[in-house]
Amino acid sequence: MNNSSPDNSNVADSSPIIARETTATRLRNFWSDYCESRVALMALFVIIALTIGAFGAPWLVPQDPYDLSLLEWSDAFLPPGEVGSGGYTLLLGTDNAGRDMLSAILYGLRTSFVIGLSAGVLALTVGITVGLSAAYFGGRLEALLMRIVDLQLSMPAILLALVLVAMLGQGVPQIILALVVAQYAYFARTTHGAASVERRKDYIEAARSTPLPTRRIMFRHLLPNVLPPLIVVATVQVASAISLEATLSFLGVGLPLTEPSLGSLISNGFKYIHAGRYWLSIYPGIFLMITVVAINLVGDQVRTVLDPRNSR
Amino acid sequence: MFGYLIGRLSQAVVVVFAMSIIVFVGVYAIGNPIDVMIDPGATQEIRENLIRQYGLDQPLWRQYFTFVSNVFHGDLGRSMVYNISVTSLVFSRLPATVELVLVSVVIATLIGIPAGLYAGYKPGSLGAKLIMALSVLGFSVPTFWIGMLLIMGFAVELGWLPSGGRGEVARFLWFDTSLATPNGWSHVIMPAINLSLFKMGLLIRLTRAGMVEAMGAEYVRFARAQGLPDQQIVFSHILRNISIPIVTVFGLELGSTLAFAVVTETVFNWPGVGKLIIDSILQLDRPVMVSYLVMVVVLFVMINLIVDLVYARLDPRVRLKGGA
Repeated sequence: MNNSSPDNSNVADSSPIIARETTATRLRNFWSDYCESRVALMALFVIIALTIGAFGAPWLVPQDPYDLSLLEWSDAFLPPGEVGSGGYTLLLGTDNAGRDMLSAILYGLRTSFVIGLSAGVLALTVGITVGLSAAYFGGRLEALLMRIVDLQLSMPAILLALVLVAMLGQGVPQIILALVVAQYAYFARTTHGAASVERRKDYIEAARSTPLPTRRIMFRHLLPNVLPPLIVVATVQVASAISLEATLSFLGVGLPLTEPSLGSLISNGFKYIHAGRYWLSIYPGIFLMITVVAINLVGDQVRTVLDPRNSR
Repeated sequence: MFGYLIGRLSQAVVVVFAMSIIVFVGVYAIGNPIDVMIDPGATQEIRENLIRQYGLDQPLWRQYFTFVSNVFHGDLGRSMVYNISVTSLVFSRLPATVELVLVSVVIATLIGIPAGLYAGYKPGSLGAKLIMALSVLGFSVPTFWIGMLLIMGFAVELGWLPSGGRGEVARFLWFDTSLATPNGWSHVIMPAINLSLFKMGLLIRLTRAGMVEAMGAEYVRFARAQGLPDQQIVFSHILRNISIPIVTVFGLELGSTLAFAVVTETVFNWPGVGKLIIDSILQLDRPVMVSYLVMVVVLFVMINLIVDLVYARLDPRVRLKGGA
């Protein structure tokens, strides 16, 4: 029955195929559906702006927070709006070491994005491999893999990541590894769920009757048809990786302040909130919150658009 | 059913053992606890005595076997930092966490279920949209950041509530609790709200989804056709029908509250088990880490086992497939 070509039918399930849709028209439809929510559109622009700010930080901000020689002790704890020894207005004030908060935040945002994206992509890859293999091969392998995944899913990601980071030590690669181990299970579960349904369809049977290698059937035929739900999980998981990293750094097992991420900045600022120096923690926190909420809003809208029940 | 039970039980035991080995080896890989414990000026002799005392000179597999056989004798080891037995350390901290979790669950239920019912009853209304937006916030914004905002607002700026600690405790039945004193309540309320937000978001979504589905169901239309007032339909018909999945998911979530308590307890300096595990990680207190983690593994394996068995009891297909 399903006569769509599996190779380029990413949203085959969400739109009944009348004529052959090209990828371009599908993308255009997706975009126009996406734009129906103004909030989601705004969230997307916020993410783009934050990305530009984060990755363009070295050219945008007045100070390199990694370079300790640029820091002046006399600049410590300047409230927002003051002019420091650098001669520029400190829009968000300075921290206890005289770091310009805006510079530190944008650099921190960059660290957070790098960690969130790489953890998300790696977890996606591992999760897809585990989920697809389980669904495709079935039997004992499926039972074993999904048992592990289920057990992991019943445990909160933060606890797992906390323990892993404690074992692996501080640093960006360690955190990414911990986040991947803590998060791949979500992707594996989603992939497995979608792939077990797809696997029984005729086009997979047809492909299996040809001498195509198993790997090709799994990744070129099966995978494109389970991608839509994974896209949604991926967006949400990037946001959750960013906030997990922030939480770990806040708990003191994440990144040290010499490599500022949003979490370590907030954690550092937390020590000074009783002294009324709110700007040390509140501004990085606002950036973190905006980032996480914006990514979640985008993910929500993508879910709505891809939901087959909403297709016209 | 009996074969299924045996199968699942032995699986659970295997998982607990596998995890305990992973935890033990993993924790063993972190730093050298002796360096943290004694002052650098201590003589070599003191150092070696201490290493021998804690059995750290033994090979890893023997240390593991010592640990396991001690566990079967009810001894989880001694904390290297507090120098008391891990069991009594954990149990001295447990009441604080339990009372925090209890209060937060009550808050989440009292607000989450009515809010979810309303959002599902009038899905298009402004109030419903506001509730859903708040639930997204509760889900996505990191717990520690909300906790910090609460401290800034209510403790630093307004000065209404204390910013941390457990406050006065008083004896209630068999243990000390801060829920027995007004001062204790003023300490518990902010962390409890903080801890409840995630669960509240979850409850709102679950209740709303159930409500929306139920509103279109036959039995609701029938009740309507009978002329029953909406209030009675919602509270005595719908709520009863949607409560089973809500209770199930919520019960499962109780375990993960333990983990979220780690964050909340650190923010509010709450002396519970969550704070204990963070401190022991930072201070390399190996016996406490290993015992806590093994206890958590046992807890989650037990929750999983119970869920599996309940499902198998309810749905024969699960048990037939699992037994094959």
